[in-house]
Amino acid sequence: MIEQPIRLHIRRQDRPDSASYWQEFAIPGHPDHNIVSLLMALRENPVTISGQRVDPVIWEHNCMEEVCGACAMLINGVPRPSCSALVAELEQPIRLEPLPRFPIVRDLLVDRSRIDQGLKQVKAWIKIDGVWDIHEGAPRIGPGEWAANYLYSRCMSCGCCMAACPQFGPHSAFLGPAPLAQARLMNAHPTGRYDKTQRLHAIMAEGGLSDCGNAQNCVRVCPKEIPLTTAIGELGRQTTVQMLKDIFGPR
Amino acid sequence: MSTPNVIVIGGGLGGLWATLRIADAGFPVTLFSLFEVKRSHSVCAQGGINAVLDTKGQHDSIRQHIIDTIKGGEYLANQPPVKAMCEDAPGLIRTFERMGVTFSRTPEGLLDQRLFGGVKNKRTCFAGASTGQQLLYGVDQQVRRLESEGKVVKHEWWEFLSLLLDADGVCRGIVAMELRSLEVRAFAADAVVVASGGMGQLYAPKSTTSTNSTGAAASRCYRQGAWMANAEFFQFHPTAMMGHDKNRLMSEAARGEGGRIWVPKTPGDRRPPKTIPEAERFYFLEEFFPAYGNTVARDEAARAIWTVTRQMGLGIGADGGDRVYLDLTHLDPAFIGSRLGAILEIYRKFAGVDPMTEPMEIFPAAHYGMGGLWVDFERSADGGIQPDSPRNHATNIPGLYACGECDYAYHGANRLGANSLLSASYSGRVAGESVVSYLKGLASDRGALAPAIPQAEVARQKAINTELMRAEGADTPYLIQKDLGALMTAKVGVVRSNPELESALGELQMLQERLSKARLGESSTWANQSLAFARQLRDMIELAAVVTKGALARDECRGAHYKPAFHIPIPEGTFAGDPEFEAYRNRWYANNAQWLKTTIAEHTEDGPRLSYQEVDLSVYAPTEPRDYR
Repeated sequence: MIEQPIRLHIRRQDRPDSASYWQEFAIPGHPDHNIVSLLMALRENPVTISGQRVDPVIWEHNCMEEVCGACAMLINGVPRPSCSALVAELEQPIRLEPLPRFPIVRDLLVDRSRIDQGLKQVKAWIKIDGVWDIHEGAPRIGPGEWAANYLYSRCMSCGCCMAACPQFGPHSAFLGPAPLAQARLMNAHPTGRYDKTQRLHAIMAEGGLSDCGNAQNCVRVCPKEIPLTTAIGELGRQTTVQMLKDIFGPR
Repeated sequence: MSTPNVIVIGGGLGGLWATLRIADAGFPVTLFSLFEVKRSHSVCAQGGINAVLDTKGQHDSIRQHIIDTIKGGEYLANQPPVKAMCEDAPGLIRTFERMGVTFSRTPEGLLDQRLFGGVKNKRTCFAGASTGQQLLYGVDQQVRRLESEGKVVKHEWWEFLSLLLDADGVCRGIVAMELRSLEVRAFAADAVVVASGGMGQLYAPKSTTSTNSTGAAASRCYRQGAWMANAEFFQFHPTAMMGHDKNRLMSEAARGEGGRIWVPKTPGDRRPPKTIPEAERFYFLEEFFPAYGNTVARDEAARAIWTVTRQMGLGIGADGGDRVYLDLTHLDPAFIGSRLGAILEIYRKFAGVDPMTEPMEIFPAAHYGMGGLWVDFERSADGGIQPDSPRNHATNIPGLYACGECDYAYHGANRLGANSLLSASYSGRVAGESVVSYLKGLASDRGALAPAIPQAEVARQKAINTELMRAEGADTPYLIQKDLGALMTAKVGVVRSNPELESALGELQMLQERLSKARLGESSTWANQSLAFARQLRDMIELAAVVTKGALARDECRGAHYKPAFHIPIPEGTFAGDPEFEAYRNRWYANNAQWLKTTIAEHTEDGPRLSYQEVDLSVYAPTEPRDYR
């Protein structure tokens, strides 16, 4: 059986500082392709529809099952992991572009180190005395509280929420939704809350919570359905209380 | 001498644990990774991590965990490290919990545990069905904290190319390549830890592993003199989803929580599975292994699926009927939703079918290398390993340590489910402690590495790049990798035979020759992924030859290594005390006398040279054949 070729438009860029350009491809292949497997098929024989042999398309991938966060890109205008973007469910020609608002390295490969910087800014960790056994675990956590926290711990730093956020980007210092949600997660932990004040002060500073424009794009594009706006709302209440504490001092 | 420094290669669970332990002791660590460390393959581990907490009223014991692990690996693992790992498992879990890992909870708010394969007790801690992801993020957060304190420097987007060895053969640093600028640079270090993960991509695409799990880094150490051990033992996970690009894992937890494997009793029965009555279903794992049922050890389960589909012709699915059903539809949806949500979502997204209402279609896929870089240990007086001994997790190259899936230490001939997150974490911690002892023992007047050594090695690596970028053959590395995966799957897979293994060795050599003439298809000097890929592929083929040669030499069946021509079956319907069973036991003893030993492969210009080492059996003597009936 001869399959209909899959049509692709890819926005390419050779270097971080060079101009971008579009190329069109038609790839014969299985109808059960996803975007990563399609790009893998393309790199075996990268020839455009006009017959020009070009460099293989550069992009990032690893787990292929939507848990490592590497392969996010803009697919038909929507930021999403490309491994779980099934070709059969996409309108053709499929348009692939690098994740916006992050610096482009080459083609569909971007530099997401700002997520990492954000995690450092909000101190997204639990301070422990050291990675040895102290013969005691952490305090108990009820199943209900666990279920709420677990949603946030599935964030894989894919950057989709940041790419969709009009407030985030090279023009602003805004941390973006992903690091903020981790501040919420750490503040909820029974020992993580010991550093809650520091985290709240970090997000009350420049580029913090008040830069959120409430567009709510983040929650719509998160592939893990993390309730990012709920986290931002909770942090809003926590910072309000913190502000009062800062003014009036602890009672 | 200034403060000694350490290089860690790889940022999965093993590498990050080692980093934490070394940095905590006050030695600066430079961490190298091909990508941002939190994208490492550890995130793909789903079902859980084993540790005896004995909180389920089953009288579980650490002794039983040790025995299950040793027997699961058919006695091939050295026993002191296994003993020490199982004893330290509860402490590791407590440490992870303090890091904030979101382990699933009992109604009382304590750590919950579930059943896994090859065991009879609930012993597996888990965080939904994304346990590896949660554990990795726990240590990732701690490393980020140390990074913000200036104790760790990350070099993400750097690829390890080779070791720097001094005139005495001591490891003194590495040469690495920045994957964007393609800069090749030497980095000096007083010790190097390689934690580069597994080699599942040798079997791509019929593998559950991430695309970066190539084994290339371990292969590079091997090429420079590090021994590979037991490489022929490769685990095929019984339950993976079919895919042209990858076979996605459906965790053993699905069976641990009550999932059942079956096929229709009638060959070619094409009715929708839900319409097939109970009486017309063949729950073959429950019939073959009544004591363990669906949670039998992975090698047995994978072979049972092979028998049922290939020999009995009962498989389902269009492409040659190689699949079986993994059925969760009889379970409470709310219960499995909270316990297995992450994997149900993977199946829904990639197969477009809801496993809560339709049985999943699954089959075995290449999953985990039990073998890897040989590492040492020092036995302690209590039969475990000596804490802080610089020998633990040391390779045969002084100053080079290995931990995580790239080492060979804990799983013998077959790994039990949920023991990999444990061994990755534990071995990383131990390797870190061991490196600290090594650094403290270094002579203070040790001279610096002669500058000519890094200069020559950088020049050599740059020349390899230039040569690869100049090649203009007909093949591309991507096509050759497909042939490598197909070859390994067909001839070095679940079931093996000497004629096929011999032919595979020849074909591997042909692949290497094709690769030497292949063209990259691009000449860009910026973020050239084909260049990095071609370099990895060369090392993968080299590693594949080690796997294949080890398999060819080992004329027996043990764990995941299965050669029917040398199979010694347990006489059906007989048990200990029966004369037939005792006769079988004697044959089993005789086979152990010949084959219960570690394969060591050393690199030579003419291919791997094999030798064998005694296994340390000091904890639990091999008197009981493994028997899951």
